[in-house]
Amino acid sequence: MVEQASKVRHDFLRHDMNFPHVWCPGCGLGIVLGSLIRATASLNIPQDELVLASGIGCTGRMPAYVDFNTLHTTHGRALTFSTGIKLANPSLTVMTVMGDGDATAIGGNHFIHAARRNLNITAIIVNNMIYGMTGGQYSPTTPYGAKASTAQYGHIEHSFSIAELAITAGASYVARGTVHHVPQLDALIKGGIQKRGFAVIEIMSNCHTYYGRQNGLGDPVAYQKHFKDHAVTVNKAEKMSPEEMDGKFSIGVLADIDKPAYVDEYQHIRDMACKKTTEQGETKGGECAKERLDEM
Amino acid sequence: MTKPVTDTEQKYLLQGNEAIVEGALAAGCRFYAGYPITPSSEIAELMSVKLPTVGGTFIQMEDEIASMGAIVGASLAGVKSLTATSGPGFSLMQENLGYASMTEVPIVVVNVMRGGPSTGLPTSPAQADVMQARWGTHGDHAIIVLAVSSVADSYEITIQAFNLAEKYRTPVILLSDEIVGHTREAITLPPNKDIPIFNRIKPSVPPEWYLPYEDNSRGVPPMADIGSGYRHHVTGLMHDAKGFPNFSPEVAGGFLKRQYRKLANGADEIQMTKQFMMDDAEIAIITYGAVSRSAIRAVRMAREQGIKAGFLQLVTLWPFPKKAVDAVCRKCRAVLVPEMNMGQMVREVRAVNQTATLKQLNRFDGKFITPQILFRKLMSL
Ligand SMILES: Cc1ncc(C[n+]2csc(CCOP(=O)(O)OP(=O)(O)O)c2C)c(N)n1
Ligand code: SF4
Repeated sequence: MVEQASKVRHDFLRHDMNFPHVWCPGCGLGIVLGSLIRATASLNIPQDELVLASGIGCTGRMPAYVDFNTLHTTHGRALTFSTGIKLANPSLTVMTVMGDGDATAIGGNHFIHAARRNLNITAIIVNNMIYGMTGGQYSPTTPYGAKASTAQYGHIEHSFSIAELAITAGASYVARGTVHHVPQLDALIKGGIQKRGFAVIEIMSNCHTYYGRQNGLGDPVAYQKHFKDHAVTVNKAEKMSPEEMDGKFSIGVLADIDKPAYVDEYQHIRDMACKKTTEQGETKGGECAKERLDEM
Repeated sequence: MTKPVTDTEQKYLLQGNEAIVEGALAAGCRFYAGYPITPSSEIAELMSVKLPTVGGTFIQMEDEIASMGAIVGASLAGVKSLTATSGPGFSLMQENLGYASMTEVPIVVVNVMRGGPSTGLPTSPAQADVMQARWGTHGDHAIIVLAVSSVADSYEITIQAFNLAEKYRTPVILLSDEIVGHTREAITLPPNKDIPIFNRIKPSVPPEWYLPYEDNSRGVPPMADIGSGYRHHVTGLMHDAKGFPNFSPEVAGGFLKRQYRKLANGADEIQMTKQFMMDDAEIAIITYGAVSRSAIRAVRMAREQGIKAGFLQLVTLWPFPKKAVDAVCRKCRAVLVPEMNMGQMVREVRAVNQTATLKQLNRFDGKFITPQILFRKLMSL
């Protein structure tokens, strides 16, 4: 068992030149990476067919370490690149990993539209409630009253919930986990990859270096305890009053709906367009379909 | 109208924007992502109709930033990709354009220029984005910029744009403008077999040996499609031959040198110009884009008056065709550079030849430089 787990780790990591990694010791991103590897490995998808794209930030550095087809794009825009890849080659399994600032500040527009479009892409959002890479400035998920490098007097903006935003925007699968509840996290990511549609997994993670130090959670262990004490399973949360949920958050699968996936819908458009041009005699019979097959 | 796959040449009446679509499809473009903006929207509309008939994909993205991201992603996955826009959208594309340059991804970006800055003059022509096309994205970078002057150009040069993008692994910017984009002209489209197509060179080594950014004599590394078994890393950070982040001075300096070298190597093919009545010319007009249309007339009118005029049309703006421009500057007693901006390319002409008698003619009020205006200026030289 141990041997098998280490083999998966070994096969899926790029060992040659990328380690030691850039993250602070104890950063939750390492746990997220472990979960991502176990989840993908359990699905037996060939590595050649796996794509991991990211934006910019501490989270954005993740793809360099895994031996998939990997992309480190521009800040906030990872989902747009993933969209192009998925449409160009729908047979690929496309995952996108982003920080909270990456996905919902600079990339907020792309995020809601990707969810609305329902492309078969898995979005993994590591929510550490702060901008890690640039030194602890506030993000759209920094809580009201919290401190940040740019909120030294206490934050006066209100945060939004990434998972709820994703549900409202139309994502097919929305889940939330933490870097403390790791077996569950593995399962949530796996569920997202398996979902035929846009899947979002929001992962509560620690940036003890910047968020923690400024807000009384200065080490990874304190954070583990924090997540343990404040996360409530979806089932339990349903039975709790808003007062009881105050300061807490739910974990588990928050939404799982079925709607047509974009690439299937687009194939219908191709079929209709081909039929029309063939009927109008603009394309010689069969040519349209033939060229289509050549391209696929 | 749809251009069928044909064995014979066919005559059509097309708009410049439509000809760009025909050129792109003929070149093998099978992915378009864009956001509507006047005067480029016809390109998106026609692509949305035609791409699905040839197995391609059209998507209207949420903005131009997303459009650029999507076409870079699609090209990385092996599909020739296009986007089209105008001024404000072109500004939004700049960051991801730099990403395409850094990661050496072949794409074609059309900017149908309109008057600016900002929302400016949406339905009026201008040529004021030529410097932005060269230097719009931050940092040193190599780029190819082409300019079209007619419907025929729009077709042919679009094919060239794709071929150059593929051959040199680089983004190519195609500048059109409101006049060329919306003018209808007769055009003869060649039979498919006569269209020269260049596809990116794929790696011939086994995946374990593949280095996605390794230098070679051409300076253009072979490019593997995502999903083709050649797993590698693509990053906008400075990177080594393997594609992994590396900030050493040798890697950073070497990368940029190679980028410039690969286009310099191909200068003869990349730096396209056209000449008209230059053989015995004593005065010359150097133009690009729509103004070339007026230049032909103005040169003819001048010739009728016994003036030996000629003109040089720059099809390639960047890398700047120094040789051709210098030859004209040396030969003629005066050179006129008319532009629909406050004087942008004229700076490059001046940089190439400091001794020539250079005259500018600039119009930046949203109106065209007509043949009459050009002719009068020619007569005064
Ligand atoms: C266009 C642009 N603006 C700003 C930056 C600087 N920047 C890099 S990462 C980052 C924020 C990262 O925060 P987040 O997305 O939450 O990820 P984390 O580092 O916390 O994982 C910023 C502002 C950039 N790279 N690009
Ligand atoms: S700065 Fe924060 S998010 Fe970034 S590596 Fe360190 S702990 Fe992790």
